[in-house]
Parts: sequence; structure tokens; C-alpha cells
Amino acid sequence: MENNIRLLLNNISVVYSDVIQVLKGVSLTVKKGQIVSLLGSNGAGKTTTLKAISGLLKPENGKVTDGSIEYDGAPVQNSSPEEITRKGIIQVLEGRQEFKYLTIEENLRVGTATRWGKPYKKDLELVYHYFPALLSRKKNMAGYCSGGELQMLVMGRGLMAQPKLLLLDEPSLGLAPILVKEIFQIIRRVNEELGTTLMLVEQNANMALQIAHYGYVMENGKIVMESDANDLRENPDVKEFYLGTAASGALKSYKDVKSYKRRKRWL
Amino acid sequence: MEFFLQLLVNGISLGFLYALSALGFVMIFKSSSVLNFAHGELLAIGAFLFLVLSSWANLPIIVAFAFTLIGSFSLGFIIERFFLRRLIGEALIEVIMLTVGLSIMFKGLLLFIFGGDIHNYRQFLPEGLSITWGSIGIPSVYVASFIIGILFLILFGFFFKYSSQGIYMRSVADNQPAALSLGVHVRRVFALSWAIAALVCAMSGIVLGIINGVNVHELSSIGLKVFPVVILGGLDSIGGAIIGGIIIGLLETFTGGYISTSLREVIPYIVLVLILMVKPYGLFGLVEIERV
Ligand SMILES: Nc1ncnc2c1ncn2[C@@H]1O[C@H](COP(=O)(O)OP(=O)(O)O)[C@@H](O)[C@H]1O
Ligand SMILES: [Mg+2]
Repeated sequence: MENNIRLLLNNISVVYSDVIQVLKGVSLTVKKGQIVSLLGSNGAGKTTTLKAISGLLKPENGKVTDGSIEYDGAPVQNSSPEEITRKGIIQVLEGRQEFKYLTIEENLRVGTATRWGKPYKKDLELVYHYFPALLSRKKNMAGYCSGGELQMLVMGRGLMAQPKLLLLDEPSLGLAPILVKEIFQIIRRVNEELGTTLMLVEQNANMALQIAHYGYVMENGKIVMESDANDLRENPDVKEFYLGTAASGALKSYKDVKSYKRRKRWL
Repeated sequence: MEFFLQLLVNGISLGFLYALSALGFVMIFKSSSVLNFAHGELLAIGAFLFLVLSSWANLPIIVAFAFTLIGSFSLGFIIERFFLRRLIGEALIEVIMLTVGLSIMFKGLLLFIFGGDIHNYRQFLPEGLSITWGSIGIPSVYVASFIIGILFLILFGFFFKYSSQGIYMRSVADNQPAALSLGVHVRRVFALSWAIAALVCAMSGIVLGIINGVNVHELSSIGLKVFPVVILGGLDSIGGAIIGGIIIGLLETFTGGYISTSLREVIPYIVLVLILMVKPYGLFGLVEIERV
């Protein structure tokens, strides 16, 4: 049982600049080979959760003040990003943080930083296999790429590091629906074919729950709901607030009252 | 006409030296946003190290040169590791105060050891290196610095363009949070840029020492010229630093040749002020890539 767990967050609290508490006792489990989705509206603390895992809180003056983060059974909370990335956890940052003045291929090569000096040709081929759009533009400067290409670029760059746990922060943000679909299909294939364990942070719950195995919903720095992705998709609260597909019917007025209560609890 | 051509040659040669040392300054700024006020002292340290190894310890010139480069490279590493690293993330003014402090400390140390006199290297450049074209002559020291400088530029061009470590260094200059997220050792990149900066400073320092003699005051004030050079070229542009260096070199020799030698030393600063008034980000600063 223990050894099929890749990542365990045990009641963690995160504080920025010693005073701003953002996470208040978050617990979650990611099993090996799974896609686990973390949903929640803007400002809920999703990015902070990922940064607590990847060690990127440190440069932002944030700290895990309570609880523990276990990766493959060993504690990693408050380690530096240099250490954590070398253990196989790679975070793909929100907002497509490309290296503007580097070409596509140079961007991808930065993904080899955790194993400097080792061969990387095979990994480049693998990335171009999953993202063929990048191959034809490999000599172009990343600063001139479209949003969809950039999303593929930053995900491919993460794959270059041969991650055991890939953290994706809002890959669908600001992309056209057809691109979102394509990107989510690739995420699913990476998970199935390479066996990469993934944590997928999204506001687009609909798409995320289609490919995830398990999901957590976060509000105000707390996990407010968790369940199998299928169950979560059927959950009325999730439907109403995240999928925008609440069943309409005769009990509308009653539902309004109920959802008001839910809203109050969550927001 | 011949006078003009001779000034042109001198100006470009001198400018090339400024350019070379400015590269180090720009590299530090690009990777870690630190303005290095100890730039001139790095020039001086390189020049004196070479003096000790070549003239005092009497090592063969090539060996002395190689050890000077290795020594300066290590010194750059050490400066970052023991002084700068403690201030990562602190306010800009504190970092500037630190490099100003370092410059005073280094200058004091050099004065203490070597005094304020002018020292000279022993003669070692073969006369055959100099080039004469009718009445225009390029002294062998300039020819040598040209050859070494260009070899060096090509080497570093390849390093930054193709080697993994060079690409990691550029990634840090480009987007530091993203570089961190991929496990790039950002502190190691800072240290490496200091090391490379100290190395190119030493190279320029040695050549300037051959031309003018080795003197602490002289070399540290030449170091200050890096400011007009990089302001002209843009603080973050390697190509700009080279062009900026050559322009300043030309301005100096032409002012000295046609107007007056006493104006020669101030002209770079006059240009600096004029440019800052017109283009505050320098002439060749990176143009942000805008999303359409
Ligand atoms: N570096 C920081 N310093 C202080 N507060 C921060 C910092 N980063 C994020 N926060 C705060 O933490 C809360 C959660 O942010 P975030 O984790 O980015 O949420 P999400 O990714 O779910 O939108 C927000 O209220 C935000 O203002
Ligand atoms: Mg976020």
C-alpha cells in the first residue's frame, strides 16, 4: 500500500513572508501512475500547493510551517528547487514561462539541467514525437510562438527532465477550446505511455476531470472535497460551480437557497 | 589622411579592449542584475597577477598568461561565493554598496602590496607581430590583443550558443523563475558569470598594462569607462557592449588627435550624459518581444 504512493501532503500550512497564511492544513495523496487534478477558483491556493511541493516557495519567501510533504516515502518539505527537481519533481509554471530569447530547441535543452552532461537526443525525439508542432519550429525564437505552441513547449521542456512527478499549473488557461482538447489528449497519452505521474491544477474542471483519475477541490487554502474523478464530475456542487451545468428544474428556488449555503461555505 | 587612418586603427584597437572587458560587466548584469563597481579593480588584479607571475616569478609567458586566467577565473568564483551570494534577494542598493566596498578593498590591497608606482612587464612580444602599411603602423601589442580577443569571442560565442552550460546561463538571464523550475543551478550560473567576467577583465588588464604600464590608479580609472561603454551599448546586450566599446575607443583617440589630449579623458563621460538624455536604455538595449 505504502509503496504505490508517489506523493503525500500531510496537513501542510504555507505562510508567505512570515505573516500571510495561504494554505491551512492541506492533505492530499497522489498514487504512482495517476493523474490527480486539483481544482478551485482563482486565489484558492492551487499554485501555492504546487510550489510547496516543487520547492519554488523558497525564492518567493514562502515556507511550509506545518505538516509534511513526503515524496516516495521521504520528507521533502522546504528543500531547495535544485534538490527537488533532481529527485524527479518538475513543475510547469502557470502562464507559459518560456525563455523568450532562446530558440525552441534551446528551451527544451534547458530541461536537461537536472542531468547536465548526460545525453539528451532521445528525449528531444520523444518531445517532438508528442509535440510535432515544435519540430518544424525548433530553430525559431520562443518569444515569437503562439500560445498553443508555448504550452506545448513548456510541457515538452518539463518532459526533457524525465520527471517522475510532473506538476502542471493551468495548462488550458487562455487557449482556444480545440487546442485545450489537443493538449489534454497529449497529457493523457504521456500518462498512459510514459507512466508519468501527474498533478493537474485547473480551473477548467470539465476538461481536467475527463482525464484525471482522482480530484481534489480547494477553496481558501483548504481542501473542501475529494473523490474519484467520475464521482466528482457527477457531484452537484462541482457541477454548479465548476462545470456550469447545474440541473435546472422545479426545485429552483429551493436549490437557490441551498447553493447560497454552499457558496457561503466555499467562497 | 594617414593621420586619420592611424587614429582609426588606434581607436578600434583601444575600443576592442574596452569592449572585451565590458563583456564581463554585461554578463554579470544579465545573469544576476548586479552592477559591478569593482570592475576596474578586476582589471588591475589581472594585470598585477600577470606581473608577478611573468616578471617576478619569471615563468614562461604562456604559462604566466594561463595561470593568470585560471587565477582570475577562480577569484571571480570566490567573490561570488563569499560576498555576493549572501546578498541574493537583497535590495539593489545593498548589492551596489557591496561591490563599491569590494572595489575599495581590492584597490587598498593592491596599493599595499605594489604601491602606487608604474610597473612594467618585461619585453616579450615578438616585434614581427606588428603590422605596417605605408606609414600606418599597428604595434604588436594591439595585434596580439586583437588575435587573442577575437579567438576569445569566437570561443565564447560557441560556448553560449551550443554548450549546455552556456544555454543554462542564458536561460537564467532570460527568465529566472522558469530556470529555477527546471532545476538550473542559478547560484552556480551567477558564480560562473563572475568567474568569466574576472577572466576577461584580466585579459584586458594585461593588454592595457603592456600599453600603459601597470598602475593601480590608472587601471581602476580605466575600469570606470565601462559605464559609458555599457550605457551606450545597453546594459544587457553583449553585441552592444562590443559596439559601445569600439565607439568609445574611437571617440577618445579622435578627440585626442584632433581636439585636445586633455579633453580625451572626459569625452566618454560627456557622451554618456548626452546619450542618457536621449535614450535612457542605451542604444542597443534588448527590445522586448511583444506579444501580438
Ligand atoms: N508570493 C506571495 N506572497 C504573498 N501572498 C501570495 C503570494 N503568492 C500568492 N499569494 C496569495 O496566496 C493566495 C493563493 O494564491 P495562489 O496559490 O496563486 O492561488 P491559485 O493558484 O489557486 O489562483 C492568493 O490570495 C494570493 O494573493
Ligand atoms: Mg494559480
